[in-house]
Amino acid sequence: MSLLELKHIYKIYGELHALDDVSLKVEKGEWVSIMGPSGSGKSTMMNIIGCMDKPSKGEVLLDGVDIAKESAKNLTAIRRDKIGLIFQQFHLVNYLTAVENVMLAQYYHSLPDEKEALEALDRVGLADRANHLPSQLSGGEQQRVCVARALINYPEIILADEPTGNLDEANEEIVVDLFHKLHDEGTTLIVVTHDPEVAEVAQRTLVLRNGRLHKEIVNQNFTGKIHFEDMESFRKEEKGNA
Amino acid sequence: MFIRMLRGTLLRQWKKMLMIAFTIALGASLASAMLSVMLDVGDKVNQELKTYGANITVVPKASSVLTDLYDVEDENGTGAYLREDELGKIKTIFWAFNIVDYSPFVSTQVTLPDGSEAKITGSWFNHHMELPTGETLDAGIGSMRSWWEITDGTWLDEQNAAQENSAMIGTTLAERLGVKAGDTLRLEGSASALDLHIVGVYDAGGDEDEQLFAPLNTVQTLADLDGKIDSIEVSALTTPDNELAERAAKDPSSLTVAQYEIWYCTAYASSICYQIQEVITDSVAAPVRQVADSEGAILEKTQLLMILITILSLIGAALGICNLVTASVMERSGEIGLMKAIGAQNGSVSGLVLTEIFITAIFGGVIGFLAGFGFAQIIGHTVFGSAVTLKPMVIPITAVLVVLVTLAGSIPAIRMLLRLRPAEVLHGGH
Ligand SMILES: Nc1ncnc2c1ncn2[C@@H]1O[C@H](COP(=O)(O)OP(=O)(O)O)[C@@H](O)[C@H]1O
Ligand SMILES: [Mg+2]
Repeated sequence: MSLLELKHIYKIYGELHALDDVSLKVEKGEWVSIMGPSGSGKSTMMNIIGCMDKPSKGEVLLDGVDIAKESAKNLTAIRRDKIGLIFQQFHLVNYLTAVENVMLAQYYHSLPDEKEALEALDRVGLADRANHLPSQLSGGEQQRVCVARALINYPEIILADEPTGNLDEANEEIVVDLFHKLHDEGTTLIVVTHDPEVAEVAQRTLVLRNGRLHKEIVNQNFTGKIHFEDMESFRKEEKGNA
Repeated sequence: MFIRMLRGTLLRQWKKMLMIAFTIALGASLASAMLSVMLDVGDKVNQELKTYGANITVVPKASSVLTDLYDVEDENGTGAYLREDELGKIKTIFWAFNIVDYSPFVSTQVTLPDGSEAKITGSWFNHHMELPTGETLDAGIGSMRSWWEITDGTWLDEQNAAQENSAMIGTTLAERLGVKAGDTLRLEGSASALDLHIVGVYDAGGDEDEQLFAPLNTVQTLADLDGKIDSIEVSALTTPDNELAERAAKDPSSLTVAQYEIWYCTAYASSICYQIQEVITDSVAAPVRQVADSEGAILEKTQLLMILITILSLIGAALGICNLVTASVMERSGEIGLMKAIGAQNGSVSGLVLTEIFITAIFGGVIGFLAGFGFAQIIGHTVFGSAVTLKPMVIPITAVLVVLVTLAGSIPAIRMLLRLRPAEVLHGGH
């Protein structure tokens, strides 16, 4: 059984078919990119997979459960337990420090555990920035806090909607590198992006157009590990740039 | 975590929270001031109202007994009258200074030019008295019927000799007869007939609108009642009755000598009545029941007004809170959407927002309560001339009101918060 399966999904706003008969399967541990022009339905699809929206028609099976039929309350619980979200605009709570932002996800999931939250920040290379407020962090660092927050509860799928849209190239590489790490650890990744460089490192790229699945590109050269080994040196470089 | 978030939002939105606290403080201060005044000052209002316009009527003993026995209005009589020459004595009683006004009354039926009958009452209008003390007093219905509205002409002036054969007529009767100020009306009494010059038309808003008023002598001449009067109305300043006064009013002889002294030398309505009876032969003086009732009505209306002010101020506060809380939630919609996205259920997000508002509300409520108590003191001193004591009941009532108002004010914001969908706020307009 696939981890995620969309069966003939429609999302209709009045006349507009934001999603028009989309079907796809994502296996556990897979890394999938989604591309497409603006307005092609990428975010709409991510919202449906992320249990933040429901399709107008069709089935969405996550771990065999049709989430299109669940109540809002259950969707919140499923999202909390199975999904990690990363946004283009980071969406950190601006009066909480980096580690508190990570702990917030723990708080709503189970219990805040500062030690574990610090470990997560360490994984994204931000251990020494734990007590900084978002306003004291660079865009790349903020997005890394987001990644730490997304992975803190060991989600089955991480959904990232244009995670590098607001980042410069150097930070983009750091984030992509983090995705490699997560992929290596067996996390399922679905990443929406405009950037072919970000897309092509995935195993598969789905292209949406006008709400329909336009084509599917399988990355024959997918190697797995192409991430930067030394996060620390990279961060120094980044500081130098700033 | 919860505490950290609370602290974060409270600190970050302190301006808005201060505004909410201020709004609540305003509502709470008015509510607690009104409640304090209402609960404590009930007596004080009563006292205040009794002090003015407390009224006593004096009637002949015979008619009083008859009225008491048969519960009928004694119109023209049993032939029992009070004596006009004793009227001056009322200003000689122990509590003379407390008698601020009084007026005698004598009534008779007269036949009008169109053949119908009407009642005419003789009284003082602005009767000038030189008192033995050297003071002067202008007594009569000119001041005791101060609520009369003169719809045509003027008040009758007793001091003006030209107005000797004059009268005032009630609006209802004037309309029926087609009479206006300046007209002359021929009245046939049981003893004689007189042409009376109508100087004014009054609207008393009651039975008196169907009759005429004329100087005492005029009516006495019409009915051949020289020197006789039916009743006296007295306006006296009185001390509110206490248990002693009530006992004395029933039977002064039941008191001990010392109690009698205290009672006699206190301006209770009952002791003033007693003293009037002593100087007016064969009279019965009694506080007017009707006036006591209207005092009660005024007290009720005053309380109603206070309740209205309280309710309006609380509604105002709720609306203010509603605006501010809604603005605060809107400002944070991104943050709230995020919390929901990372797994916060509606309950925990509303819990956070409500806790925040309630901390603010408690803060505002306490300040408002203290301010309100101060406000109550000011009202107490300026309006009632005495301090307002704190009734413990005010505290829980104010607390409950603050909670209700805060809850009511937060409902729209909470509803908005519940409806807020993370997908809509997080992708920044797709
Ligand atoms: N809540 C909504 N109401 C109406 N139309 C919407 C709504 N959300 C998205 N759309 C429309 O659906 C289409 C797909 O949007 P979206 O999924 O955000 O595109 P993108 O691929 O750029 O992420 C767009 O035309 C958008 O205007
Ligand atoms: Mg989008």
